[in-house]
Amino acid sequence: MPLPAIQESYSGRVNELTIGGGARKKTVTVGGAKTIPYGGDRAATGRRPVIAIDVLDSPPQDWPAVLADAYGGVLADPAAWAKKAVDEFGGDLVCLKFDGLHPDKGNLGADHAVAVTQKVIGAVGVPLILWGSGNDEKDNAVMPKVSQAAKGERVLLGTVTQDNYKSLTATALADQHLLIAQAPLDINIAKQVNILVSDMGFPLESLVMFQTTGTLGYGMEYAYSIQERERLAALGGDRLMALPVICDVGYESWRAKEAKASASEAPQWGDGAKRGPLWEATTAVALLQSGVDIVRMRHPAAVAIVREYINSLWGSD
Amino acid sequence: MALSGLEIFKLLPKTNCKKCGQPTCLAFAMALAQKKVSLEQCPDASPQAREALAAAAAPPMRLVSFGLGDAAAKTGQETVLFRHDEKFHSPTVVAATLPDDLPAAAAAARAKAIQALAFERVGQKMPVQAVAVLNRSGDAGRFAATAQLAKDTCKAVILVTQSPDAAKAALAHVKDAKPLLCGATDANAAAMAAIAKDAKCPLVAIAPDAEALAALTEKLKAAGCEDLVLCLETLDRWAEMRGLTLMRQLALKKNFRPLGYPVIAFAADGTPEAQVARASALIAKYAGIVVVDTIEPWALLPLLTVRQNIYTDPQKPVQVEPKLYAVGEAGADSPLMFTTNFSLTYYTVEGDVEASRVPSWILCVDTEGTSVLTAYSGDKLNEKIVAKAMKTANVETVVKHRKLIIPGYVAVMSGKLEEETGWEILVGPRESSIIPRYLKEVWAGQK
Repeated sequence: MPLPAIQESYSGRVNELTIGGGARKKTVTVGGAKTIPYGGDRAATGRRPVIAIDVLDSPPQDWPAVLADAYGGVLADPAAWAKKAVDEFGGDLVCLKFDGLHPDKGNLGADHAVAVTQKVIGAVGVPLILWGSGNDEKDNAVMPKVSQAAKGERVLLGTVTQDNYKSLTATALADQHLLIAQAPLDINIAKQVNILVSDMGFPLESLVMFQTTGTLGYGMEYAYSIQERERLAALGGDRLMALPVICDVGYESWRAKEAKASASEAPQWGDGAKRGPLWEATTAVALLQSGVDIVRMRHPAAVAIVREYINSLWGSD
Repeated sequence: MALSGLEIFKLLPKTNCKKCGQPTCLAFAMALAQKKVSLEQCPDASPQAREALAAAAAPPMRLVSFGLGDAAAKTGQETVLFRHDEKFHSPTVVAATLPDDLPAAAAAARAKAIQALAFERVGQKMPVQAVAVLNRSGDAGRFAATAQLAKDTCKAVILVTQSPDAAKAALAHVKDAKPLLCGATDANAAAMAAIAKDAKCPLVAIAPDAEALAALTEKLKAAGCEDLVLCLETLDRWAEMRGLTLMRQLALKKNFRPLGYPVIAFAADGTPEAQVARASALIAKYAGIVVVDTIEPWALLPLLTVRQNIYTDPQKPVQVEPKLYAVGEAGADSPLMFTTNFSLTYYTVEGDVEASRVPSWILCVDTEGTSVLTAYSGDKLNEKIVAKAMKTANVETVVKHRKLIIPGYVAVMSGKLEEETGWEILVGPRESSIIPRYLKEVWAGQK
């Protein structure tokens, strides 16, 4: 039976953006959607989503055993950690997260951050995301130096917010990096950050949006719907929303008690070693349905599940 | 999709005979559009007009129910493609498989395990509502026996067989439970339609693509089956998701009746992890029923939580019961803090307090399910409301100290709150994630 035609007259499309350059052996291109998820053939829905594996600049203090054990002895060595994340766990990108800069989490300085950056650049060939600590003062002091240490690598630098964007935007502009614009689950603030950053002469085409992420069971649906609304606005022709989107799935998922609790703490929820990674993977897969382009992840088993899921739709890499 | 007055007018005799009591046919059409009168009042309406009006009054996607009583499951009647446009109405029915080729003891054990599955989060039950009996043996007798086992779980039953003989044999045992028969293909359509109609149970139409499905549902409808469910049978995962999206668009945006039915999808192959990943995508993108093979609690918990999240009404935030909660072995010297009863806010705070391993009291204040800042700016959170919540929870008898930790974002209310309660107000962190550090350092220093 012939089907009625669906008029998919989206005037806008999501920017395509290539991360990586310089000494990178690989680049990663994301974005490019011209329609809603599954709104057409694979090409019309843009590039396949990619996975960035988190590497912390200093050993994590509060990771549950299920997560920490998966990395064996590399958690104190960011270069070895990054290498493992790429060679063994198949990360498309490495996201170097500078938790250790935060005054509450080590208060480490620029020398440390630059040294770690250089080591990780040397250790892997994939493109990098360099993500600050979340403490404005500290990030403004240190991240420009990190950016400079990665000059030429065309990294994705994060994050700029409505209240703190000038320093990092200027740095990214000077060092020709890409930027992550962060807004807390608010579509209007998201737009505002993008305007502020582009008003400084930073091209929208080099920006990625981050709405902050809720994990499964803890507000996942808020991020999901905000991202769907932004994507529909982008397809409707709103250039300020036509940016690829990144989610921080790893950090958020491993805060949930459903991911952390062992089987002895929560017998009704079954095997903790299986449940934690699946909680992270399920969060990622659910968020991908809203059109997400990059997911930041942590557990290698979760990465493998999401990789298999992506391949089942898009074909093997 | 409702017709406008003018569209209805075109279907009327246009004789202005006044037999309906209205001065003109146009007036009658307008009244009809507003549902103030019924078409029955027009003695001269043509059968075509009656049919068109009845069709227009029906929802664009049919509501299909199966199972009876406590086991009743319903699916369909969705109205939007994106949950933020309104909400998703009928939470995806999650079904677990029960194959008929298991040894009797294993089958009974599995049925029992499915029956025992029970999950609850944020005060809501998260059931696995149905059992899908698979006719893997190809044998009608075994299928019927397994169907009986499925019925005994007191869950809704889905009979998965394309053999009319097996379907008949199983329905002889379980038709009083109104199972969903899965189902009819182009090859067995006539036989399956007759069986479903006879047993008065809903029927799944199975075809490889949307075009074939539309043709098949028309055929089944013509054979007298109205309660239909769609099943896209394809190994191409992209085609599956694309097809489900297209069918939802056609049903809702084009009011295309042949595809105006809910969808069943099978994610029962591969590892439990692969099933859950795929089933999660199917829940988000338009499956009304999802069948999985895994019954591992560690696999079902995330899957059922996806359903809970996606089907939450975006207009109505999930709320936590406003009262005093103890985290850990909280006692008379433990810190006391308050937050709002927006579930996201509360559970984030609770998680971070738990992570601190400092036993604490959390006073959950009724802010009608809004977050701290939203509640404060909407005056749903002020010193009087907090003081009242403290009184209701009898905090004076619970802790010996007189110190209340408040969210950093409402530091501005400390003065008034101190006056109102006489308690010392300590301003906590703005971000919940800093609570562990706050409790370990600032609170510890208080003692």
